[in-house]
Amino acid sequence: MPEKMEHKDKARALAYLAAISRLADQPLTIMEVCGTHTMAIAQNGLRELLPANVRLISGPGCPVCVTDNSDIDRFLFLAAKPEVITATFGDMIRVPGTKKSLQSLRAEGADVRVVYSTLDALELARKNPEKEIVFLGVGFETTAPTIAVSIETASRENLTNFSVLSLHKRVPPALRALAADPEVQVDAFLDPGHACAIIGTRPLEFMAEQYGKPGVVTGFGVLDILEAVLMILEQRAAGRAAIEIQYKKVVKAAGNVRAQAMIEQVFTTADASWRGLGLIPESGLNIRPEYRAWDAAAKFALPRFDSPSPSGCRCGDILKGRIAPDECGLFSATCTPLQPVGPCMVSTEGTCAAYYRYARK
Amino acid sequence: MEHITLAHGSGGKLSHQLIESLFCRYLGNPYLEQLNDASILPTSGRIAVSTDSFVISPLFFRGGDIGKLSVCGTVNDLAVSGAIPKFLTLGLILEEGLEMAVLERIIASLAATARQAQVQIVCGDTKVVERGNADKIFINTTGIGYPRTGAEIGPQKVRPGDVILINGTMGDHGIAILSEREGLEFETPVTSDCAPLNSLIDQFFDQGITCMRDPTRGGVGTTLNEIAQQAGVGMILEEEALPLRPEVAGACDMLGLDPLHLANEGKVLVIVAPAAAATVLEKMRRHPLGAQAARIGTVQAEDPGRLLLRTALGAKRLVGMLEGEHLPRIC
Repeated sequence: MPEKMEHKDKARALAYLAAISRLADQPLTIMEVCGTHTMAIAQNGLRELLPANVRLISGPGCPVCVTDNSDIDRFLFLAAKPEVITATFGDMIRVPGTKKSLQSLRAEGADVRVVYSTLDALELARKNPEKEIVFLGVGFETTAPTIAVSIETASRENLTNFSVLSLHKRVPPALRALAADPEVQVDAFLDPGHACAIIGTRPLEFMAEQYGKPGVVTGFGVLDILEAVLMILEQRAAGRAAIEIQYKKVVKAAGNVRAQAMIEQVFTTADASWRGLGLIPESGLNIRPEYRAWDAAAKFALPRFDSPSPSGCRCGDILKGRIAPDECGLFSATCTPLQPVGPCMVSTEGTCAAYYRYARK
Repeated sequence: MEHITLAHGSGGKLSHQLIESLFCRYLGNPYLEQLNDASILPTSGRIAVSTDSFVISPLFFRGGDIGKLSVCGTVNDLAVSGAIPKFLTLGLILEEGLEMAVLERIIASLAATARQAQVQIVCGDTKVVERGNADKIFINTTGIGYPRTGAEIGPQKVRPGDVILINGTMGDHGIAILSEREGLEFETPVTSDCAPLNSLIDQFFDQGITCMRDPTRGGVGTTLNEIAQQAGVGMILEEEALPLRPEVAGACDMLGLDPLHLANEGKVLVIVAPAAAATVLEKMRRHPLGAQAARIGTVQAEDPGRLLLRTALGAKRLVGMLEGEHLPRIC
């Protein structure tokens, strides 16, 4: 639900919109790479308010949506083991793999628990010493530090029945892949406020320097997003490209140094497969060998799966901003939030779910 | 401390004790006290009937409990259908081991709410299941009401131009339950709106109403979608007019919930012909349960079957039905 707007905020929003209209003298395509932005834009109907030549498209900003089918099949393989209790954030429950989902496995008797924090998962491990607790580590740099802390805690307590399947992704390599991809026609980016609160803006500066793409780290309110769009237009009008921070009350250029150190201590970068974007070098976070005992992939000798994407599903094209959700043949016909085919429809922050909820024609 | 045992549901001596010491004591009335296998009730022609089961967890919450809820739920279903609620039946499924004091608190609250709603409990049944086979107490109530004559309402009566009113803030019940369940604390705790609506509806029923519904599970968004689809009309809500407590708005923001999909237990959506809208709104506001009543939207011919929301900045977006389940056992 959009926030209630105070009178003065409404006046500010209208002033931003007027300034945006004045500066929008030629077409501009801006991609947001954060699921929370995707939802805020749809909930507030912002596409409709912007001038027709300012186009907002959604990128790979939802961690659930970018999880590759082969990784989904890997965690489903784990969840089906009788000794395993799978602990996960709620969004993963309904994500369909090649044959099943956590939800259908649970109905068949698998023990799958929705947790609200890694602390709950650790507690499960303490309370169920005869079981193996596997936490699904799905997320960007935003969630990686707390998961690193849980691994560190398990190691300190010698909690040997806790492990993490790390499917974490890093934002900067994905942005590089998008900027380098000739199929992706994007002029500028709304950069993710939460992830940048951790990593800061320095890891994104190559986007402006090497690719000439302006980027603005943006907060999650209507005013934040409109101000950021205006900041991008102002950069273009001045003929420059830079990574700027609109979300100043939370994000610093250097980021959160302690959280970065925590990630560095537990994780190491590795190549990772992204749904729709393919293998991106250095874009994943694997658990360091020192913490191997808490790495579910090593502990259970997980096989690799070669899983095709569901037939007809165009999540990949949607994640690259090549098509809008309603251009996919499955959208709202066979693929709905209750019966999702692809993950972009499952996650509340998925592009398809946002379109389905707020902008379906 | 006394507890419910399987013998309390056996139909034997303990069952009788329970009926006399608890049910007749709190709920007593001439129909119930006959203790026959069936109660014979007076009617004058057509009757309205509605049934509802209550499995809410926790049993007690800020603003109500399962007893109060089980009266309000059925009374409100009758009232929004245009009937005057008169009689309720009461079916209880108790879990072995339930504390007698808890049951008494629930029955006392149920009785007080029935008095407030001016309905009588005319028959009942109690079953006890072994520990673990139910969660403390489940309640079913079936209600009988007298339909008002000459007052046909329903989606088929809704016309473009009709005005949509609500008697107060959205989502209070949903957030009250969620905060009890998840241990969330707010500076100003949210209280459930659970209340019988019949005396409020009495105030304006004769004033050009075309349709009424109580937006319980699924919230205002789901209920208005249902009416829009059944009536084959479109509807547009004005975001700035939607009554919402700041605490509820804050909780929704934090939890990623939409207050348009949160449950209410003391709210009625009233769709009324445009000429009568101002009068109905005024009558609602004069009643304690309608002090924050508001005009929230309009029925339109465009976009049939769809509910839209006009945001504060003038953008329009779709409001869908609740998909899946926010939270089980909310009522």
